[in-house]
Amino acid sequence: MSLGVVIASHVDKIAEGAYQLLKESAPDVSITYAGGTDDGEVGSSYEKIEAAVNQQTAETIYCFYDLGSAKMTLDMVSEMSDKNIKIVDAAFIEGAYTACALIQGDYKEEEIDVQLKPLQVK
Amino acid sequence: MELTGEQAQRWILCFQEKIEKNKAYLSDLDQAIGDGDHGSNMYRGVQAVKEKLNELEDPTTEEVLKTTAMALISKVGGASGPLYGSAFMQMAKTAKETTELPELIQAGLEGIKQRGKAELKDKTMVDAWAPVAEALTNGTFSNDTIDQAVEDTKPLQAKKGRASYVGERSIGALDPGAVSSGYLFTALVEEVLK
Ligand SMILES: Nc1ncnc2c1ncn2[C@@H]1O[C@H](COP(=O)(O)OP(=O)(O)OP(=O)(O)O)[C@@H](O)[C@H]1O
Ligand SMILES: [Mg+2]
Repeated sequence: MSLGVVIASHVDKIAEGAYQLLKESAPDVSITYAGGTDDGEVGSSYEKIEAAVNQQTAETIYCFYDLGSAKMTLDMVSEMSDKNIKIVDAAFIEGAYTACALIQGDYKEEEIDVQLKPLQVK
Repeated sequence: MELTGEQAQRWILCFQEKIEKNKAYLSDLDQAIGDGDHGSNMYRGVQAVKEKLNELEDPTTEEVLKTTAMALISKVGGASGPLYGSAFMQMAKTAKETTELPELIQAGLEGIKQRGKAELKDKTMVDAWAPVAEALTNGTFSNDTIDQAVEDTKPLQAKKGRASYVGERSIGALDPGAVSSGYLFTALVEEVLK
């Protein structure tokens, strides 16, 4: 599958937990995640988010984030990356779950975009 | 007025000292309307900056600014990382063309606005950077410009960042990012402009 999902959270356990939740319904989707700072504290890490993007086997990546600096860091990583990165301003878990379920169901990018639209909250 | 590499290095190292000294105060300000980590975030960042800058010998202005940007981006861990990081990155890019101070600070402001999408009066560091950039350009800059800009964040209600989640409760508090930006400009006065 050439569509994947990246999760970026301020807390490592939130990112891990979201991964666990998503993987259950989307076992074949490339899902990677980053949580917390380099030291495992609450915050964002450029290095971790960059790694989550680089670990992706998909070429087009939907990215979901919880708060401010996770988004800004995703933006910076995206500017440096060759991959097609779509940072989605959707409700964090609902958005990621929707994308994963649809990718698992072989939906096309355009259809997924349409489904994500009403979930935009930020 | 042009900023030399040597001046840029002293400027940023002076900023590091001010952050170190005011680390607890910045976190206290952030605790009131955010998550209480601005001081420790910035401290982590400027410590890394100091290490990297001390490795440079006779650096150009661009090198100092770029080194500062990279260290802040990789080490801060909060919104101020990408924001200050983008500011210094834009300044570094501009320094390839000109090292005139007003142009550099203006470029830094643009970097912050592009990254954070904040406008004037959203109660963010933009409210410290914009008046300073303007005053430097118009030749009306003084210490007062900095103090006034920082103080003027008090009555504002935050529209961006963590403080935007507390609604009207942010009114009456100083914006921590504006205060730390104030230190950056005070350091500029002390090391370069005076
Ligand atoms: N979108 C934004 N645009 C401009 N400045 C911002 C924005 N968001 C936050 N800031 C500035 O950053 C400061 C807070 O920095 P801090 O290091 O505490 O990050 P944080 O808000 O805790 O990060 P996070 O997004 O991880 O919660 C604020 O006081 C404000 O000046
Ligand atoms: Mg904070």
